[in-house]
Amino acid sequence: MPETRITEAMRSAIGRQSRRQVSFPVSESHIRKWALAVYFPDPPPREFIDPDCASSSRWGGMVAPQEFNPFNWLAAETEEPDVVVDINDPDRTEILLGVEGPHLKFQLNGGREVEYGEFIRPGDVITSVSRLADYHEREGRLGLMLFTLSEDTWTNQRSELVKRTRSTLIRY
Amino acid sequence: MPQTDDPCTAEVGDVLRPFVRETGFAAWNRFAAVNYEFVPIHMDDEAGRAAGYPTAFGMGNLQWSYLHNLLRDWLGDRGKILKLAVQFRAPNLKGQTVTARGVITSTRDEPDGRAIDLDVWTEDQNGTRLAPGSATVVLRP
Repeated sequence: MPETRITEAMRSAIGRQSRRQVSFPVSESHIRKWALAVYFPDPPPREFIDPDCASSSRWGGMVAPQEFNPFNWLAAETEEPDVVVDINDPDRTEILLGVEGPHLKFQLNGGREVEYGEFIRPGDVITSVSRLADYHEREGRLGLMLFTLSEDTWTNQRSELVKRTRSTLIRY
Repeated sequence: MPQTDDPCTAEVGDVLRPFVRETGFAAWNRFAAVNYEFVPIHMDDEAGRAAGYPTAFGMGNLQWSYLHNLLRDWLGDRGKILKLAVQFRAPNLKGQTVTARGVITSTRDEPDGRAIDLDVWTEDQNGTRLAPGSATVVLRP
C-alpha cells in the first residue's frame, strides 16, 4: 500500500479552475420535475408546481428548491479542457486539470458545505466556476482514502451570489 | 423534546417534524433522472457489492435534498436556508426507511432577521445516522 496517493503534479493543481459552466435559462418545468423527484412518493409543496400559488407566497413567485441543480443533462456553455472523460471516471478531477490522477477504483460523495445567497427563479441563467481547493488522506475501513476538496461558486445573470459549495470526494 | 411547528417561536432544544421516506430504486431512479446521476452503484446491486456494500445505495445528493425538505417543510415562506453542511457517513442501502431530523441548537437576532442554528441528520430505521450535519436558517423579519 503506498504511503500517499497525492503526487507533486496533483499538489501543483490546487487552486486551478477545473470548469466554468453557464446554464440554460431555468424553466418552471425543471423546478416541477426536481420537486416531484425529491418529495416522491408524496406530492411536493404546491408552490413548486403552481405559479399562481407561488405568486401569493412571500417570495413573490416561483423559486426553485434551494438545492436545485440547473446544470443537469446539459449546460448552455461549458469551458473545460478539451479532453474526453467519462462523468463517472474516478480520475475525472485530475484529467480535467491536465494532471495524472491517482487511479483509484471507487469514489463516494464525502460531504459538503453550502452557503446560499439569492434564490433561483424561472428565467435565471446561472454561472458555475469550479476550482480544486485541496487534497488530504486518511486510513479507512477500506484502505487509504483520498479526500479531494473542490469549491464551486454559482452566480446569477445579475452577478449575485446564489450558492458557494465546498465538496469532498472520497476515493479508495 | 417539544416539536416546533412555527420557526418564529422555536426555542433551543425544540425538534422539527421529521421527514420520512422509504428508499430504493423507485426514488433513486427518479432522482437520477432529474439530477443526471446515472451511476452504477446507485442503479445496480452488483455494482454496489463490487464497491463493498450489500446492495446498491442511494445518492448522497438525495439525502441532501431530504434535509432541505425537512427544513423547508418547517420554514415554509417564513425563512430560508443560509448554510448547510453534511457528511455522508454511511450508505443509504436499498429498502431502508430514511428519516431526516433536526434539533435547534441556538437562536439569535441578526440584521437580516432571526437566525436559527440546528443539528440535522438522516438516520435509518434503526436510528443509525447516515448523514449528520448542521444548518443555519434565517427568518424573514
